[in-house]
Amino acid sequence: MAKDQLMDYQKALETYEVVIGLEVHVELNTNTKMFCGCANVFGDEPNTNVCPNCLGFPGAMPAVNGKAIENSIKIGLALDCEIAATGRFARKNYFYPDLAKNFQTSQYDEPIAFEGKIDIEVPSGKVFTVEIERAHMEEDAGKLTHVGGSTGRIQGAEFSLVDFNRAGVPLVEIVTKPIYGAGDEAPELAAAYVRSIREIVKNLGVSDARMERGNVRCDANVSIRPKGQEKLGTRTETKNVNSLRSIERAVKYEIQRQAQLLSQGTAIIQETRHWHEDRGATSSGRPKSDADDYRYFPEPDLVPVQPSKEWIEQLRATLPEKPAIRRKRLQELWGFSDLEFRDVVNSDLLDEIDDTVKAGAKPQAARKWWTGEVARIANSEDKDITELAITPSQVAQIAELVESGKLTDRLAREVLTGVLAGEGDPAEIVAKRGLEVVSDDGALLEAIDKVLAEQPEVLEKIREGKVQAAGAVIGAVMKAMAGSADAARVRELVIQRATEK
Amino acid sequence: MSFVNKSASELSAMLASKEISSVEITQAQLDNIDRLNPKINSYLTVTHEIALAQAKEVDELRAKGEKLSALAGVPIAVKDNLTTIGIETTAGSKILKGWIPPYNATVVQKILANRMPILGKTNMDEFAMGSSTENSAYGPSLNPWDLKRTPGGSGGGSSSAVASMQAAIAIGSDTGGSIRFPAAVTGTVGVKPTYGAVSRYGLIALGSSLDQIGPVARNVMDAAMLQDAISGPDAMDATSLPESLGSMTEAAKNDSVKGLKIGIIKELTGEGFQAGVSERFQEALDLLVASGAEIVEVSCPSFQYAIAAYYLIQPAEASSNLARFDSVRFGLRVMPEGAATVEKVMAATREEGFGPEVKRRIILGTYALSSGYYDAYYGSAQKVRTLIQADLAKAFEKANVLVSPTAPTTAFLLGEKQEDPLAMYLNDIATIPANLAGVPGMSLPVGLAKEDNLPVGAQFLAPAREDARLYKVGAVLEKLLENKWSKKMMDFAPELRVN
Repeated sequence: MAKDQLMDYQKALETYEVVIGLEVHVELNTNTKMFCGCANVFGDEPNTNVCPNCLGFPGAMPAVNGKAIENSIKIGLALDCEIAATGRFARKNYFYPDLAKNFQTSQYDEPIAFEGKIDIEVPSGKVFTVEIERAHMEEDAGKLTHVGGSTGRIQGAEFSLVDFNRAGVPLVEIVTKPIYGAGDEAPELAAAYVRSIREIVKNLGVSDARMERGNVRCDANVSIRPKGQEKLGTRTETKNVNSLRSIERAVKYEIQRQAQLLSQGTAIIQETRHWHEDRGATSSGRPKSDADDYRYFPEPDLVPVQPSKEWIEQLRATLPEKPAIRRKRLQELWGFSDLEFRDVVNSDLLDEIDDTVKAGAKPQAARKWWTGEVARIANSEDKDITELAITPSQVAQIAELVESGKLTDRLAREVLTGVLAGEGDPAEIVAKRGLEVVSDDGALLEAIDKVLAEQPEVLEKIREGKVQAAGAVIGAVMKAMAGSADAARVRELVIQRATEK
Repeated sequence: MSFVNKSASELSAMLASKEISSVEITQAQLDNIDRLNPKINSYLTVTHEIALAQAKEVDELRAKGEKLSALAGVPIAVKDNLTTIGIETTAGSKILKGWIPPYNATVVQKILANRMPILGKTNMDEFAMGSSTENSAYGPSLNPWDLKRTPGGSGGGSSSAVASMQAAIAIGSDTGGSIRFPAAVTGTVGVKPTYGAVSRYGLIALGSSLDQIGPVARNVMDAAMLQDAISGPDAMDATSLPESLGSMTEAAKNDSVKGLKIGIIKELTGEGFQAGVSERFQEALDLLVASGAEIVEVSCPSFQYAIAAYYLIQPAEASSNLARFDSVRFGLRVMPEGAATVEKVMAATREEGFGPEVKRRIILGTYALSSGYYDAYYGSAQKVRTLIQADLAKAFEKANVLVSPTAPTTAFLLGEKQEDPLAMYLNDIATIPANLAGVPGMSLPVGLAKEDNLPVGAQFLAPAREDARLYKVGAVLEKLLENKWSKKMMDFAPELRVN
C-alpha cells in the first residue's frame, strides 16, 4: 500500500484551519434488542440470539423496545438536547449482507433528541463547547467475519460469515455540529469528546461503554481549509476508530495527510477512510458523496414515538451529575493536584479510582496503584486497562493490606500479579503464597542479631550516632527475610538493639 | 360432497349439534379440491394430512365436551403470503419456492387457536402485485364462473376456492383491492377491515401502510364470523389498533336499513363503468331505498389522484420490503457465471427469482424514493392520501356508509390486460381509496351483468373503526337480493364439470 506523505503537524496548522465533526455510536445495554425480544448479549455463540424479526424473515415486523427509547432520551438529556415531542423511525435502504432486511431501521428527519451541547476539557486545561446536532435511535447490523486471505478484511477473503446476534442491538448515534477553532488541539479534543460521551453513557448505566467491544464507536470527519477561507474544505470520514488513542492519532494523521495534498495542489477526495492501528495510518475506503442515496422514508411498520413531557421530566430528574461537575467534585474530594488529576483523567482512570475509593482505599493510594503498577502492566501487555482481570475492589483490598502494614509494596506487587493471574482475591493470594509481612519481632530480632554479630563495626557507628549506617543492616535483614518484613519496623528494631547493647 | 356447498355458519351449526364431524367436512372439502384444483389452480399447496389431523383433534375435543369457538372445525384456506410453520409459503413467487417458515403469522395463530383445519395455501399474484393472478409464478387461477376469465387478483386463489366450493371461507389480504376485486368478479363477499383491525405480523408485506388482512366468504355472516376470529390488537404489530371494534357477527344479524344514509360517490359511477355493472348496482340501491334507506350523493374529487398516488406509495414501500429477498438467509439462491461476489449472487438471484411485474414495481418504487425525487413523488403521494382522507371525512358527515360498484367491469379475460399494466392498474379505481385512507370496505355480490352473465359487486365503505356498519348494511342487502331472486348468489353459478 502506497504510503501517504504527511506534512509536519505544526507547519500544517500554520497554514490551515481544522474543522472536525464526530459521530459516535453507542450500543445500549438493554436486555433485549431494539425491535424484537432477542437477548442483547455480547460474546454468545453466533446466530443463537436471533428470531424471524432480526433475521429479516418475510412477514416479520418490528416492535419497539421501550427501554431503548428511555435510554435514548436519557442520553439526549445528558447532552442538553431538546427531546422531540414526536419522533419517527425511518428506513435507510442499502444492500449489505450483514443487514438482514437490507434496510436499517433508523431515524432521519425526526430524531429523538437534537440541539444539545457539552463542555469538553482538553489536556491543556482549555475548555471547548461542542454542539450536538442530534442523537437518534437505530439498530445495529450483524457482524461479518471474512475468512481466508491474509488481512481478515473483505479484500482477498475466500468467504464471509455473518453473525446476526448483533443485528438489531439498539444504538444511539450522537452527531456533533462542525467543530471549529480547536487548532492544534483538534485531535485531543476529538479523543476528549469521545471520552466524555463514554463517561456519560457509562454513568447513565445505559451502555457498557467498552470501546474494545465496540460498545462505543467513533467516526471522525476531518476537513481543513486555508486560514481565512470561508468555504469548508472537502471532508473525509474515518470509520470505526475504536480507542481514544486511535481517535487522536487518526485525526492528527488526516490533518497532516490533507495538508500535504492541498499544499501540492491535489484535491481531497470525499471518501470514507479506515484507520489501521498497526501502521498508524488511514487508508482509502469507498467514495462518499453528499448524495449517497439511502432512499429514506418513514417506517410504515412503526408508529411515531411520542414521549410525554411528564415522562421526560421524570427521566431528567434521574440524571447523574455532568462529567465536568463530577470531575470538579472528585478532585476536591480526593485532594489531587491539578497535575495529578489531569493525569488520572487522561489515563481514563477516573471511574476506576472512584470505585476503588468507594471500596475503601485512600484516594492517593488508589491513584498510585492505578496510574502506577496497574497501568504499567497494561502497557507492557499492550492492553486496555479495563481488559485486565482486576477490579477496583481488589485494588482497594491490596491498598488496604499495605496501609495496615500487612504487605510491603514489593509483596503487594506480587499479590497484584497473582490477582491478574486469576488466583483469587488479594487475601487468598497472601495466604496461598505466604506473602504476609513478618510482624513477629522475635523473628526479626533474631535476624538482626545475626547481622549485627557479623558486622560489629556498624554497631559501633550507630552507637556513635551515625544512624544512617543502619541502612546496611536493614538491607541485609530484609534480604534474609526474603522481603517479607516491614523495613520501617526493622529500622526501629535495629536502632533499639544498638542502643541497648 | 353435499357438505361443500354449505356456508361456514351452516357448518358451524351442524358441527355444534354434532350432526357432522369436522373430519367429514374436511375430507369432503379435500376431495373437492383434489377434483377441481388441478384445473382451477386455486391452491398452491394442499395440506391434506395437516387439515385432517386438525379436524380429528377438534372432533375429539368436541366429543370431550370442551368449549369451542364458533368456527371450530370449519376448514379454511389461507392466502400464500401468510407464514405458516411447516407449510411452504411462497407469496406466489419463485424466489420463495420451497421456503418453509419457522413461525406463524398472527392470523394463522388465531386460526389454529380457533381450531379451524387449514386446507392449504391459495394462489396469488407474485407478492400480491396484480389484479388477476396472472403474475403468479405458478400460473393463474381460473374463474369458476367462466374458466377463460380471471377470478381477480391478487387474491384470485382464495376467491376462486370459495366460489368453487373448495373452501367455505378463506383468508385474503388487500393492499389496493386484492380481497374486494376478486370477491366482486367471483360472486363472493370480501372485506378489507379498517387498517390495524387485523394484525399484519407474518403477512409478507407489499405496501406496509396499505396492507390489511380480511375474510373471503360466500355470505355476509360467514365473513363477519371470520373477521371476529382473526381481528384484535397484537403486540407484534405496532400498527394494530389497541381497541376491539365490537362484534361483526352481531352486526351481521341486523335486519333494517331504515334511516340509513347511503352516499353514492359521484366520481365512481357512470362513465367508464360497464352497463350491466351500473344496472345491477342501481337495482341494489333501489332495493335499499325501498327498505327505508336514504340515498345522498357525495363527491370525493381527490379520488382522481388515487391511482397515481397508490402507484407511488405502494411500489416505494414494496421496493424496500422486497429488499430482504437477497438469497443470504432463505429462499432461492442463484450463482452467477464467473467469480461470485455477494452483490453478484444477490443480483443473479433477484434477476431470476422475481417476475416482470415485481421488477417493474421495484424500479418504480426505488425511483420514487430517490433523493431529489422524493418530494415530487413519494411526498406528493402522501399529500394525496391526506386529501383523500379529508374527502372521505367530509363524505361521512353526510352519509353513514358510501357505496360504488367494486370494479368498473365484470371478470376480464385472462391475457386481456396482461400486456397493458396501466389498464390493469385502472381496474382498482374504486378499491384503492379505502387503502389510502385506512377505512374498511366490503364487496358484496349484487347479481349478474346482463351482457355476460358474470357476477357484479357493490362496494360499501365506512369510516375507520366502523366496520360493523358494513356488515349491517351488507346483511340487509344480501337478504333483499336473495328474496328478490328466491335463491342465493351461488345458485346462479354454472356447475363445474372439470376433472
